Amino acid sequence: MEIIGERINGMFKDIREAIKTLDKKPVQDWAIKQTENGATWLDVCVGPAAEDPTAAMKWLVETVQEVVDTPLSLDSTNYDLIEEGLKLCKRPALINSCHADRYKIERVFPMAVKYNAKVIALAMSEESGIPKTADARVGLAMELVAAADEFGLPLQDLYIDPLILPVNVAQDHAIEAMETLRQVKMLSDPPPKTTVGLSNVSQRCNNRKLLNRTMIAMLMASGLDSAIADANDDDLMETAAAARIIMNKEIYCDSFVELYKTNHYK
Amino acid sequence: MPVQILKERNSGKITSVTLGATAEQGGTRACTITVGGESSLPWLHFEGETPNKPVVAVEVLDRYPEEWNDAVKATYGDAMKDAAAWAKAAVECGGADLIYLRLQSADPELGASTPEQCVATVKKVLAAVGVPVAVIGCGIDEVDNKVIPAVAEACAGENLLLGLATTENYNTIVAAAMVHKHTVIAQSPLDINMCKQLNILITEMGIPADRIIVDPSIGGLGYGLEYAYSVGERARIGSLQGDKMLALPTIGTVGFEAWKAKEANVGADEFPGWGDQAERGILWEAVTAASLLQSGLDILVMRHPEAIALVKKNVADLMTPSSL
Repeated sequence: MEIIGERINGMFKDIREAIKTLDKKPVQDWAIKQTENGATWLDVCVGPAAEDPTAAMKWLVETVQEVVDTPLSLDSTNYDLIEEGLKLCKRPALINSCHADRYKIERVFPMAVKYNAKVIALAMSEESGIPKTADARVGLAMELVAAADEFGLPLQDLYIDPLILPVNVAQDHAIEAMETLRQVKMLSDPPPKTTVGLSNVSQRCNNRKLLNRTMIAMLMASGLDSAIADANDDDLMETAAAARIIMNKEIYCDSFVELYKTNHYK
Repeated sequence: MPVQILKERNSGKITSVTLGATAEQGGTRACTITVGGESSLPWLHFEGETPNKPVVAVEVLDRYPEEWNDAVKATYGDAMKDAAAWAKAAVECGGADLIYLRLQSADPELGASTPEQCVATVKKVLAAVGVPVAVIGCGIDEVDNKVIPAVAEACAGENLLLGLATTENYNTIVAAAMVHKHTVIAQSPLDINMCKQLNILITEMGIPADRIIVDPSIGGLGYGLEYAYSVGERARIGSLQGDKMLALPTIGTVGFEAWKAKEANVGADEFPGWGDQAERGILWEAVTAASLLQSGLDILVMRHPEAIALVKKNVADLMTPSSL
């Protein structure tokens, strides 16, 4: 289970302030804390407030790489900005994200191949929005799989995101996302990888952590390989470790939680 | 129509571990032995590599093995009264790739040899043979924790294979191996979960994974062989899927287990239908070894030269890729 640590994001106040004042400390503290708790990737996102987003992205990438060698997930809807970030990444990065629109695929997939990067690809398009049904999501996911083949992006470098919405406003969506995961894994051989923005499920809900960790276990059983999530939520990380054992992905030993946390960022 | 062979793609492989050290490497061995490195299920040459063949370690004691079967005692005769002579004979005419020296006489009830006496025995064995040597304690933790560190220090740089590190007693032996540049045997009682846990505990001390050989414990033919096979198979599958804490070469005391069996020991006078006892015992040991080769055992600790000859022929056949 690859956890993409979500904390270095301009949506959070401390990171927004750090970007504004070029204060490296909060960014580097979170880079280390997330890595030490088992994050496989670190998501970096400048957020909507930055005056010069490209400069901010380059600064974030360099600032994080000064203290950890955990690979980065470059989070933006601006692909030129992502490309500037990719040029600076010391290890193959994750592009977060690409929609199932043809013109976006044509921009992002060749860029991923050029920089040896991986891609999070969303099962939605401008036309469809976020589809309601699993069938519609699977249709878009399969277009992304076919496009990966077309552009020479290895399927293990494609992370299909079936999309998660807050459970308090879109309660009928979670089960569709699970079905999407199951079908995506079944329809393609070899299958692509899968991911979700996990914390979305609990936006503006009570008991957020409980919802998040219940969701990750259920999604893992449906075929989830990774999640953008709070890597410093110990209960969440321990749930993921336990789910791996229960699913027989890993041979049990008494230190299974510690092993999960230390093994997965190397 | 051509048949398409389905192949598993494995992400992991067994760590390669080298035993012994030559003069350039800080030891005195004439040769070293490397085991492990496999990247497929045992003997599926079309799916992965088997870069190193399984090897045979001959079990040598530092006391005369009164209790052993006469068929085994007849093999080296009086040489078995001296560990160095026994080891030399095992290498010269017994097919030993390495020596598995058990310092049984350190046991208070079997001679109570001091650590100094044990060191002297190990030194004599090292002088008598050029192959790598494993040195195993008597099995009593308090005694072994004095004997093994003394051996490790006196033979620093030889890259001996030291044992046995167990869940109850691993600190002292692993520390001695780390400081004096040896390899350790991590032994667990036929339990894959404990096997993995012990490997984690040992590597947490800072010893590199390529300094560990796993003894997962085995049963002889008719006495739990199936359990040993299952544990070995499960460990190999986990290793190939990327579980580094299990991806280590394995050792098994084949001779010890096989020659414990009633079927290896009772005479033809008692069970005429079972045939000649000596031949039967040799086959019991050989079949135990051959079965465990199929579950991926890398080092076979054996006793009878004729059983060893049969197993080596089997290994040579298995190492030849089939026409697939």
